[in-house]
Amino acid sequence: MTDLAAPTTADQVREVAAQLRAQRQRQQRNAALLKHAFLILCTLIMLYPLIWLVLASFKPDNQIFNQALSLWPEEFKWQNYPEGWNGLAVSFTRFFGNSLFITILAVIGNVLSSSFAAYAFARLEFNGKNIFFAMMMMTLMIPYHVVLIPQYILFLNMGWVNSFLPLIVPKFLASDAFFVFLMVQFFRQLPRELDEAAMIDGCSPFKIYWAIIMPLSLPAVATASIFTFIWTWDDFLGPLVYLNNIDNYTAPLALRMFTSQDSVSEYGQMFAMSVLSILPIVLFFVVFQKFIIRGIAMSGLK
Amino acid sequence: MAGVSLREVVKRYGNVEAIHGIDLEVIDGEFLVLVGPSGCGKSTLLRMVAGLEEITDGTISIGDRVVNDVPASQRNLSMVFQSYALYPHMSVRRNLAFGLTNLKMPKPEIERRVAEAAKILQIGDLMERKPRQLSGGQKQRVAIGRAIVREPQLFLFDEPLSNLDAELRVQMRVELAGLYNRLGTTMIYVTHDQVEAMTMASRIAVLSAGNLEQLGTPVELYERPQNTFVATFIGSPKMNMISGAADKGGITIPDFGTLEVPGSVPNGAISVGVRPEQFCVGAGGDVSTKAKITLVEYLGSEAFVHVVLSSGAKLMVKASSHAAHKVGDELVLGINKAEAHYFGPDGLRLGYFDDDR
Repeated sequence: MTDLAAPTTADQVREVAAQLRAQRQRQQRNAALLKHAFLILCTLIMLYPLIWLVLASFKPDNQIFNQALSLWPEEFKWQNYPEGWNGLAVSFTRFFGNSLFITILAVIGNVLSSSFAAYAFARLEFNGKNIFFAMMMMTLMIPYHVVLIPQYILFLNMGWVNSFLPLIVPKFLASDAFFVFLMVQFFRQLPRELDEAAMIDGCSPFKIYWAIIMPLSLPAVATASIFTFIWTWDDFLGPLVYLNNIDNYTAPLALRMFTSQDSVSEYGQMFAMSVLSILPIVLFFVVFQKFIIRGIAMSGLK
Repeated sequence: MAGVSLREVVKRYGNVEAIHGIDLEVIDGEFLVLVGPSGCGKSTLLRMVAGLEEITDGTISIGDRVVNDVPASQRNLSMVFQSYALYPHMSVRRNLAFGLTNLKMPKPEIERRVAEAAKILQIGDLMERKPRQLSGGQKQRVAIGRAIVREPQLFLFDEPLSNLDAELRVQMRVELAGLYNRLGTTMIYVTHDQVEAMTMASRIAVLSAGNLEQLGTPVELYERPQNTFVATFIGSPKMNMISGAADKGGITIPDFGTLEVPGSVPNGAISVGVRPEQFCVGAGGDVSTKAKITLVEYLGSEAFVHVVLSSGAKLMVKASSHAAHKVGDELVLGINKAEAHYFGPDGLRLGYFDDDR
């Protein structure tokens, strides 16, 4: 940077200030350009598989892998969508319906049961609270695959295999320690004086949970909802183990049926249905992430 | 309205005893202030009256009903919290109405009470706002409003003004006093600020380390503190304590001289307490001495002069701000025997000259 002589008159001061201001603006603009170029590049790298999937869903099967490097289809084959929708023995209306049914019940069950359990751990006094909490936390460390077989035998003996029950009922029993823990942490940071004010205002513990704690915990509820939605919607292993009848299949199970070892795989149709199966997750996220932001704006009591 | 009576109330947390059997009678319709240093148990005591803490031993009655096992919501009282504890997701109107709705009160009655509270506290134009859109003073008003809509027989305040800035605190203090005069309901008010205690209370209960040190009107506490704790706690700046000795001849105060006491005085050590504002500066007093000024704190309306006596004892004296005291100057200090306080070795008040006061 060139040294500027210390200005003496008022005009000189203005001139020097204007010079410095212009210099600073130039530097800031260059830095911003560089930063954005880098970020756009990173975004493209991350989005590439998704873009490839969406564009491939419009290609005829013979072009998908022959011209895998050229993104843009030579001609758009829209028929992949209607053909894919009805391409299997049962239409995708059924599969999406099944997925939606299981996922919505799982979200409701998880939010209700986890917040119940969390409220008990965070606010109520009962014998063995710490031991129960420690036990719950330990279940976080057990991989799903360890409990898979005992759980399967349990549900088999109950006669629940080949129904939606094994995928839904556990969600109503606060079986997801992660969400219980998430909510316990959130409830604990809500000031206890709110509970006490509500007690004096004549609230039962359930009323405190319902009228005070839950409305203030929308960020935690939204987080639990979003993750439960994504994880249940995407779940492949659970439905694979418990659902045998094609009428009960969820979307991920159905997608697998497009590829087969012995006959010709319909990749174009599979990609078309894959694109459709991503949409609910995107929509759900867009709707619920607002609550996360709104919830943060609600805190700050004093 | 109702009085509150505490009988041998004890609070234990595990093996730690926080309150050691307190007896306290709150008269129907009085403004009682619980004051004490932090950790003295004043808030715990209030929360026990409110029903937010269990009572380990003893009984608490409100009116003529023992409330040990009565849940907070059925004690017919309201409480204002230090953090206000307004429900952040509800509008001011719903904050005020929430407790009444829980009582299944008819709607017109709820609206009448909410409107009346809004009028008393001048929060009518804030009714649709959320608490986060309010300033500290406005939140405080809403918190008080939530307490008065219930028209309870007892109000509890847990350091309600300590989150406000100094100017607002003075203003709210006046408003609270006005509210008390208007409602005339029994109020129990916890604070660590003795100015709040002295200005608002009908009577003050001074607590220390889980014990009730003294219960009395502000004047009684200031003029006749029953022990050295109350003597030094009430009054700002605090009372000077000079250790002296008593024998047949009277009370000997080092540097100052001996005060004759009518009747017999038991021999032994004695503490003589003199408030900074009770020294005779310049001349006068029953006994007097010379002191050297070490520091002058000029406050405009008055000046606090720190002095050291020839024995090395340090005292603080309140002086007129017009007298030009300078560090290093000598000052003549006198004590009027009737204005000093005398405490025995056990810290309890000895009633010498109390009749002359």
